[in-house]
Amino acid sequence: MDAIRVDNLLKRFEDVTAVDHISFSVSQGELFGLLGPNGAGKTTTINILSTLIRPTSGTAEVGGYEVTRSRDLVRKSIGIVFQEPSLDGKLTGRENLEFHAMMYGIDKAERRKRITAVLDLVELSDKAAVLVEKYSGGMKRRLEIARGLIHHPKVLFLDEPTLGLDAQTRRHIWEYVRKLNKESGVTIILTTHYMEEADFLCDRIAIMDHGKFVALDTGPRLKDVLGGDVVSLEVESGMDAFLAEIRGLDWIKQVHVHEDVLHLTMDRGERRIPELIALAQELGAVVTCVHLRKPSLEDVFLHFTGRTIRDNEAGPGERNRAMAMGPHGRR
Amino acid sequence: MRISGTAVYVLWLREMKRYSRAKSRIVGSLIQPVFFLAFLGLGFSRMAVPGMGTGVSYIRFLVPGILGMSILFSSSMQGLSVLWDREFGFLKEIMVAPVSRLSIVLGRIAGGTTTTLIQTFLVLIPAVALGFKIASAPGFVLALLFMVLIAFAFIGLGLIFASRMKDMQGFGLIVNFVIFPLFFLSGALYPLKNLPPVVRALSLADPLTYGIDGLRGCLIGAAERPILLDLAALAGFAVLMLVLGAYFFEKSESV
Repeated sequence: MDAIRVDNLLKRFEDVTAVDHISFSVSQGELFGLLGPNGAGKTTTINILSTLIRPTSGTAEVGGYEVTRSRDLVRKSIGIVFQEPSLDGKLTGRENLEFHAMMYGIDKAERRKRITAVLDLVELSDKAAVLVEKYSGGMKRRLEIARGLIHHPKVLFLDEPTLGLDAQTRRHIWEYVRKLNKESGVTIILTTHYMEEADFLCDRIAIMDHGKFVALDTGPRLKDVLGGDVVSLEVESGMDAFLAEIRGLDWIKQVHVHEDVLHLTMDRGERRIPELIALAQELGAVVTCVHLRKPSLEDVFLHFTGRTIRDNEAGPGERNRAMAMGPHGRR
Repeated sequence: MRISGTAVYVLWLREMKRYSRAKSRIVGSLIQPVFFLAFLGLGFSRMAVPGMGTGVSYIRFLVPGILGMSILFSSSMQGLSVLWDREFGFLKEIMVAPVSRLSIVLGRIAGGTTTTLIQTFLVLIPAVALGFKIASAPGFVLALLFMVLIAFAFIGLGLIFASRMKDMQGFGLIVNFVIFPLFFLSGALYPLKNLPPVVRALSLADPLTYGIDGLRGCLIGAAERPILLDLAALAGFAVLMLVLGAYFFEKSESV
């Protein structure tokens, strides 16, 4: 059975179409990524799947339950870590978890056991009695992940789980997420606008732009679209003969010459480099520099959307958030 | 819709914990009524209160009004605290939980009413120290009922506004254009008898008018209206505002 099934989902906010007729399914135990710039519709999709908002049209099932008709059943089967912190800073870490467990109707003995277990998992056991407002950003994130797991959800939503965290904490959280998915078999839906995050974690990645899916596949296969690795050779002399020979090789898909640098597209570039060098020597061409570039998701994104993900930074979503903080500051 | 007792309890418990940790909030919300009591009460202590019969000193007249004011501010802030939860993201945590919205509203009312009552008792202590005497024990018990009903009404009102607002922008407007007028129209500081007819008519649409008059009836044994009439009017308002508050909260989008 699929953990998630989405059919022709549409969400309009007044004049903006946030989610534009998307359809996809996620199988049980999969780690599925929604990759896209801010404002692409990732969070809206998550909000619909987690019953926070209702779709304009289309259907979505989570854990076998329809998200508008069986809200409570869906809520019981999911855990969610929101993009922005959703902890009560005036409660301690343990109290936040207690609150959650009680809201999900877990009895006292079981509650104690599970809270100890999840605190261990995210290595916050020694900070459990500290008020959450004293936590660092990374600790808050880890506590939220722990909280999302207490009620043993079938599906865990992680909305930008590492947004604004430093590289080390980010790496740490990636490890947790991976471990969790492998060990407990929980289905995970993750949104991110970090390429390396999607690449590192996700079994399959949907690239989302303007509310639509522009591509959906495994990371390696998405990169295949680009035709493979690019090997660049700087050729000091003997370029013409070398080039003529190169053009005759059937495993080279594309050839670009840029002054004295040769860009060759091929599969498994690292294995072909020795061959290319040997060929050059045979023809008396002098290669002074070799560079191998594996295609990144960044390239894939560029290929499908026509721009880099950085062009979209600080989109409307982030500006709204900054404004929503308002003049009142923190309580 | 099913009511989850555990959910109501845990929401109440959260409010108690937050309240007990917010020392500055407790002190801050005590200062204002205590200043009102001390300065107005002492400053006007020689004034007769027109229309209240002889023997009612201004401080006796004032104390129920200040209690009512304290309940008004405390409980409407409790209702509006949904806004803070939205601002700080915790509302989402509450809203994705598999419990009915009604349970959430009831949990808030339970928590808000408890903190409001604690707050009110804390104001009553300096009042008694300033020489305020409660008329009778049964009157005091009935006054408790009035306090609870006033709290219900304004938690409901706060919920209505909080559910209609997306962020904190309108918060100051609500305090200045809703809460303060409700306070001044209620007759907390002066008898309503001498007000122009139009204002007086407006004051009859203010639930706090009945609440404070009822508190006076219960605590000092002198009021404009019979206690039962005040009680009926206030209870009507309380039910109406709670139902509307719950309705709007249910309809509100949580993100």
